[in-house]
Amino acid sequence: MCLAIPGKLVSIQNGVGKVDYGGVMKTAELMLLPDARVGDTVMVHAGFAIAVLDKQAGDELLRLTAEVDSYGKA
Amino acid sequence: MEKRETVQALAQQLARLREGMPPAAVMEVCGTHTQSVARSGLRQLLPSNLRLISSPGCPVCVTGGGTIARAIALARRPNTCVCTFGDMMRVPVRLAAAGGAVEDSLLRERGLGRDVRLVLSPMEVLDAARAEPEKDFVWFGVGFETTAPHTAALVRRARADGTANLAVLCAHKTMPAALEALLGGQKGSHVSALLCPGHVAAITGPQAFRFVPERLGMPAAVAGFEPEEILSALTAIAAMLRSGRPALRNMYPSAVRPEGNPAAQQLLRQVFEPCPAVWRGMGRIDGSGLRLRREYEEYDAERRFGPADAVTAAPEDEAGCRCGEILRGAAQPRDCPLFGTGCRPDSPRGPCMVSSEGACAAEYRYGAR
Amino acid sequence: MKNEIDLSHGSGGEAYRELVREVFLPAYGSPELCQLGDSAVCAAAGGEPIAFTTDGFVVWPLFFPGGDVGSLAVSGTVNDLAVSGAVPRYLSVAMIAEAGLATETLRKIAASVAAAAGQAGVRVVTGDTKVVERGRADGVYITTSGVGTFDGGWQRPPQRVSPGDALLVSGPIASHGLAVMAAREALGFDPPIQSDARPLASLIRAVLQTGLPVHAMRDPTRGGLGATLCEWAEESSVDLVVRQEALPIREDVRAACGLLGLDPMFCANEGVCVFAVPQDRAQEALSLLRAHPDGRLAAIVGSASAAARGPGHVSVDTGYGTLRRLTLPAGELLPRIC
Repeated sequence: MCLAIPGKLVSIQNGVGKVDYGGVMKTAELMLLPDARVGDTVMVHAGFAIAVLDKQAGDELLRLTAEVDSYGKA
Repeated sequence: MEKRETVQALAQQLARLREGMPPAAVMEVCGTHTQSVARSGLRQLLPSNLRLISSPGCPVCVTGGGTIARAIALARRPNTCVCTFGDMMRVPVRLAAAGGAVEDSLLRERGLGRDVRLVLSPMEVLDAARAEPEKDFVWFGVGFETTAPHTAALVRRARADGTANLAVLCAHKTMPAALEALLGGQKGSHVSALLCPGHVAAITGPQAFRFVPERLGMPAAVAGFEPEEILSALTAIAAMLRSGRPALRNMYPSAVRPEGNPAAQQLLRQVFEPCPAVWRGMGRIDGSGLRLRREYEEYDAERRFGPADAVTAAPEDEAGCRCGEILRGAAQPRDCPLFGTGCRPDSPRGPCMVSSEGACAAEYRYGAR
Repeated sequence: MKNEIDLSHGSGGEAYRELVREVFLPAYGSPELCQLGDSAVCAAAGGEPIAFTTDGFVVWPLFFPGGDVGSLAVSGTVNDLAVSGAVPRYLSVAMIAEAGLATETLRKIAASVAAAAGQAGVRVVTGDTKVVERGRADGVYITTSGVGTFDGGWQRPPQRVSPGDALLVSGPIASHGLAVMAAREALGFDPPIQSDARPLASLIRAVLQTGLPVHAMRDPTRGGLGATLCEWAEESSVDLVVRQEALPIREDVRAACGLLGLDPMFCANEGVCVFAVPQDRAQEALSLLRAHPDGRLAAIVGSASAAARGPGHVSVDTGYGTLRRLTLPAGELLPRIC
């Protein structure tokens, strides 16, 4: 029930955004993300954008988790 | 780092952290996690002393027969259209009938000519209701906190527009109460840690799962859905198991903010209140469901259309089902008397078989061949 | 076998196969029918065999991006003949129309049939038309039957995958299934997803006429590439491994599958052919396909090995160093949020 995929917000009109998923675009409701801006990457679930994606934060944590010697670390 | 390399590096890190540790089972409670694990073959990358239990936190699979019977009753009502997500179409219910129980589903009803429509988003229901004002439209609202805000938005928009030919059959469920029921006390002793559903947390904020380390004493990690994100969360859990210091870690910072999604949370508070809910295979769990608040009752299908006496689930719909224990890791699919006989992928009884990647469905399709 | 027929029985998945096995074959199964090939190979007077096939088309909407029920009815049957190694020759076209259908619509469909037949080099030689009350058909249902001859001058593929074979697909998968679903459910994809429907006789001829030994080939329609591979594994007692990363798929189709939660392996194709050829001829087969306009994006996607015992299995090499077992879905694929 969590199926959501990322897409780029390319336009906003009346609280509805046009999202580019790579090769195909579809509209998504933006009322759950009033602060979303054109150019943001958003996660869309069941026709609504539910979060703005901060890819950098995600990548950084992955890198840290894979590289750091976590013995004894909480 | 390239995706495949990241996955390999994390698998190695996880193996290192599990070295010399006693066997442990991590429970994941999101249908999308279950699908992602199956699709990537992730279990083959786990060290042998770490088991992943796929608990069907798939809201569709745990929707009780009684609820589906109500949806079918509404679909059979003249001049009524029931709108639903695709997932819900195939979930079966054994209906009480004169000559003995009949196996039914929304898909079957559609095949028989009822107006059952598949939608990708609840807002499509509003468009349909406006386009056909003489017809009654029912939105079969299923899903956890990730999806309930959408139903809330639908109801508020319908009120704002004055769209009256629309009602919600509200079957939304919430995570925390059900998790406590699954993991709390003696019953949860087979599980050592929880992989928390990333998109539920995107809405609620990670603190909704704080009770797992604080009250249940288990590590918990909020996880994304790509294989590397799941492995990363498992690695964090392995580190906490090793240190013996259970805590909650947000391992999906790209989509999960500490505060969650405030706009969605506000919509949920405005439109819904908690109520008891029946979970297929687990029975009734207090505080695990959502219902429309009194001020929105004209949009509540159960209040609007009354009880569905003509269509009821047969009492033996789930008798004998051991899903509850299987979900907690306390039993295996083959321990269940219904496995392979009364319960098969083409005629499933409990959520473990309803879900295409549930423990029982997976065992039936892939096991012992 | 259930007590009543439901939608899953027409979806090309497990339920469909059970229906054929338990209702039709016991009733009227002939040696030819029991081959369960895309076309039946039948002995004819004079000793030369003919290929004979039939297919019903109930697609909705009648017109979708990239085709319509008419062009689909022609290419679907032509392809079933071509993959059996025959030269497609003659078609019949039987229509069941719904009262109230605009004559103009029927004219458009007829023109589409004509164009597709011309493109495929076949003649429509007989037909039939029935009309039913409104509500008893979706506009129009079309059944086409086709006859082909084995005088192309090439070897007929034995339709048996051998251990060691390479698996190739002639083009990107899942396009038709997504195009039709998107059109039917008005999913609002921009630009609309195009079906890949087209006759493949010319593409197949380009491979067969070189004498390259094709062990098996099929056009994976309902049930997708996955269903065909599962059938091959079972029928030929081989284990098949497909590499996820090698599967060609259009970017927009991939995105749409992601959005809908669909596995492209089980989505319908109408312009793709899958081949099993000896491993040492795989590169050559690939070059032949890519030289043809309908095969530009062909790819080698997997391989076959002997099954340990009994029916074989299909696995997907995920690219993460793991194998995922592939099994037939129960019925048609539906979009999911879970």
